[in-house]
Amino acid sequence: MTVLIDKNTKIIIQGFTGKMGSFHADEMIKYGSNVVGGVTPGKGGTKHLNLPVFNTVKEAVNKTGADASILFVPPAFAADSAMEAADAGIKNCVAIVDGIPSHDMIRIKRYMRRYTKSSKMTLVGPNCAGIISPGKAMLGIMPGHIYQEGRVGIISRSGTLGYEAAQQLKNLNIGVSTSVGIGGDPINGSSFRDIIEKFEKDDGTDVVLMIGEIGGPQEVAAGEFAKENMKKPVIAYIAGLTAPKGRVMGHAGAIVSAYGESAIEKVEILKECGITISKNPSVMGDTVKSVLEKM
Amino acid sequence: MDIHEYQAKKILSDFGVTIPRGGIVYSPENAENKAREIGGSKWVVKAQIHSGARGKAGGIIICNTPLEVAQATDKLLGKKLVTNQTGPEGKIVNRIYIEEATDIEKELYLGLVFDRSSESIMVVASTEGGMSVEEISKEKPETIIRSKIEVAVGMQNFQARELAFGLGIESDLIRRASDTIIGCYKAFSELDATMVEVNPLVISKQKQILALDCKMSFDNNAMFRRSQVSELRDKTQEDSKEIFASDRGLNYVSLDGNIGNIINGAGLAMASMDMIQLAGGSPANFLDVGGGATPEKIVKAFKLITMDEKVKVILVNIFAGINRCDWVAEGIVEALKKIEIKVPLVIRLAGTNVEKGNKILKESKINYIEANTLEDAANKAVAVLNK
Repeated sequence: MTVLIDKNTKIIIQGFTGKMGSFHADEMIKYGSNVVGGVTPGKGGTKHLNLPVFNTVKEAVNKTGADASILFVPPAFAADSAMEAADAGIKNCVAIVDGIPSHDMIRIKRYMRRYTKSSKMTLVGPNCAGIISPGKAMLGIMPGHIYQEGRVGIISRSGTLGYEAAQQLKNLNIGVSTSVGIGGDPINGSSFRDIIEKFEKDDGTDVVLMIGEIGGPQEVAAGEFAKENMKKPVIAYIAGLTAPKGRVMGHAGAIVSAYGESAIEKVEILKECGITISKNPSVMGDTVKSVLEKM
Repeated sequence: MDIHEYQAKKILSDFGVTIPRGGIVYSPENAENKAREIGGSKWVVKAQIHSGARGKAGGIIICNTPLEVAQATDKLLGKKLVTNQTGPEGKIVNRIYIEEATDIEKELYLGLVFDRSSESIMVVASTEGGMSVEEISKEKPETIIRSKIEVAVGMQNFQARELAFGLGIESDLIRRASDTIIGCYKAFSELDATMVEVNPLVISKQKQILALDCKMSFDNNAMFRRSQVSELRDKTQEDSKEIFASDRGLNYVSLDGNIGNIINGAGLAMASMDMIQLAGGSPANFLDVGGGATPEKIVKAFKLITMDEKVKVILVNIFAGINRCDWVAEGIVEALKKIEIKVPLVIRLAGTNVEKGNKILKESKINYIEANTLEDAANKAVAVLNK
């Protein structure tokens, strides 16, 4: 099993005919993802990459049975597109786009409260690399070849740091069940806690590697959840030990503004929650390996 | 994005919040006239810089005659003010705000921020105005009252009333106080703010409720739809290298070390800085060229790094996903044709099209040290520095 996506997931691309949408749709298809079409308002009825283009997500879902989507629309239109996906019955939606206003993210999350738990879309991102279940499907922009099939779950705020981890694991001949990039924004669709809970329930995952950074309460919330509810071991690395306080470090959400938000404080709290800490970013793979060896 | 006090107050007054009479000036002559125009017998001359704690740094002067107002303005204009928030280099004073003095009866604190845990707007208030919110939470935490606002429906009158009563405001003024709180909330929610802080919010002896000082920050990601707010940007208050970077779509933060970084992805950039420190070095900057790092962006990144005289070695660390190593390599080769680099260069590429990327670099005959892993890159950068 995997988390969120697998070989049967039917994917549509929102912002299909744009440069980014086209490039990454092609990459996803080459990886083996089941891309069934795309949406670009005004271009419905045409074909792109030999796949049907629709005007609305609803139409795309009705005609193709799509259950997942990925957004390559400009930040100004991203909230609208995410809500359109939720309303059309998409189950999992990945927002790659960087630069969505925080007020819009709050609006999306409030909008989605109208759905019951079973009919609510899982939004991953924004400002993220997406999801990959190696050997099965990719709903994202990662370089697929660095992920080996296996049983480690990865959750990362940073895209490139997630790649770094996958590469280190592959070099140690360790594979990944699913890797989820939750994104670097202050308000995001799914938190560490939301995804870690899915990994705990997934029989294809043995351990979870959580890659966090400075800023916000999410790493600690996941740590507390793990302490109370998880049987599977969790390994964590927190980036930004050298980041100065009060400065935004690239990711809109990477800013230390309260107690418990610096890398050192997060590491201390996570240790108390029984989580194994990778002490630097070059030993994420080795730390996972040592935990696996003890199981 | 931050704005000045006088700009923030103008916004508040547009949302129905009362502010003392005042005006902005750029010269002492101007200041004297402005004081007469405002009228009264006492004025406050306030240096406009993007920082709090201006009073302690000598940036706020109380004056009793228009002539004193002119003198105070003359003293402050062009000066660099150093506060506990500006860093040792301080911030330059180019604008002066002249305001009628207020007879203060009571000083309150009112702040609005995004609460990342509840994903709502949090209003924080306290009876201990004039102190920073950090000081209040340390010294008088019992005075702090909070209210979480559901953004879908906005702030309700009862929520504002609860806050006003919680602050001990007398009955006659409750209506006015709740209108003030709601005005601040509307400014926050309608203009894509990330922080609105009125400190102090005062009750005057004449029983007026006034915003005496105000700080506002806005979401950079929302500036495309807030042109009136984005026009308030004052670049003289920002680090020149950081302006150069943000104007070119780069995320840059200037630091104190001597190893310059060019990295894609904020997380990887922070991790690389951590590795540099663990290897015994010190980063000169944080620089994330972003996901879609084009060759043009790499050229700009090199320009930016070579502007920094502290930099003694440059470390390029790219793990390509959304961008590709061959683009990055082309960017590096292109940059080095245009920009002369006098310091050693360590390059680590990984991810999509890594072989192509490394091949382009090797064939270009540029002078560089190749690294394979994050650790290798940091170690080599520190080693070449120590040679």
